[in-house]
Amino acid sequence: MADRLYRAPAAGALRIEPLGDLTAIFDRRSMQTHLVVAPMPEIIAALGDTPCDAGALAERLAAMFDLADAGGDDVAAVLRERLAELAALGLVAAA
Amino acid sequence: MRHSTRIAVGPVQFRIGSDWRAPIDALDRLYAGYPKDMARPADATVRLFAARPWRRWLRPSVHIGGDFIVPDALPLPLSMGLLAAEMGMNLQVALGWRRHMLLHASAVARDGRAVILSGESGSGKSTLAALLGEGAWRLMGDEFTLIEPASGDALGFPRAVSLKNAAIAEMAARVDPARLGPLLAGTPKGDIRHLIPRADAIAAMHEPARPALILFPRFGGAAAIEPMAPGEVFVRLTEASTNYVALGEAGFAALARLVRETPAFGISYPDSAAGMALVEQLWAEAVR
Repeated sequence: MADRLYRAPAAGALRIEPLGDLTAIFDRRSMQTHLVVAPMPEIIAALGDTPCDAGALAERLAAMFDLADAGGDDVAAVLRERLAELAALGLVAAA
Repeated sequence: MRHSTRIAVGPVQFRIGSDWRAPIDALDRLYAGYPKDMARPADATVRLFAARPWRRWLRPSVHIGGDFIVPDALPLPLSMGLLAAEMGMNLQVALGWRRHMLLHASAVARDGRAVILSGESGSGKSTLAALLGEGAWRLMGDEFTLIEPASGDALGFPRAVSLKNAAIAEMAARVDPARLGPLLAGTPKGDIRHLIPRADAIAAMHEPARPALILFPRFGGAAAIEPMAPGEVFVRLTEASTNYVALGEAGFAALARLVRETPAFGISYPDSAAGMALVEQLWAEAVR
């Protein structure tokens, strides 16, 4: 089965403020505040406009960060879960 | 309403109406030193009214009304009319104010910089602020601190300080009795007595102060200082703000900035003297 595709919300939809270990995200569409920890802000930053699945996202993140065993099944599986959580919060969209 | 008055506390102009004269007279005594402009439009309205006309005389009990109400709030006996007025004023500000981000916190200022003390009832934030306000500090308020969204500055709300229980004797030993209101014994919050802030604090109530420290006091236990991470401070202050959600992005931006720019600590203290010493110590380090 093909992996689900996700993309970041439209530019300007989120206001993101790093606060130490936490990142506060204000969603201008829902007026809700979300508090997240790594790797959520990194995932949102890496997604961009082009729809992308967990495997492709793992490669993008590996290019940005020094991920051990990047591209491996473990990383993709973790990202798949995190993407589903972000989608449930409305912070990324299923493409 | 049969009796009414106007009171300006910080940026808020209150109009207070009452079916009885006594609460209005008590307010006028407490707030005699505050600027009074009967023509300025009110920002918030408080109404103290009898549930039924005959209850003005027969076992008089005071209902609290205004622009915003708490539907299931129990009425108070007329002897606690001053407390009812105070509760009504707090309620209107907590639920209705939109021009600033409102923090349920006391604050004191020195040299244009503010120390904000946030905590639950019983944390000692009001008593600490009141005691500091008798020394080298300007009392900005014992209940609410307002954050101006555009500038990030703190603004005071120096209403009459609501001293509770043990704090009453502690302050009464230090201040001119003329600055104390009547003792309200056995209220739902225990014994209450109001303290009129010093004249210089009232005169300076419109002066903003840049936040220098955010403290989360906890009365009881050995004296201790615990640095707090900005994420935790953000969460606690969203909980301490009564209008964070209503302000939308302006509130988010104001709070994120406040938290990022202002060092924050939890402090535990066994008595007021130790608490004041911790504030002075952290202040000296923050403004160094």
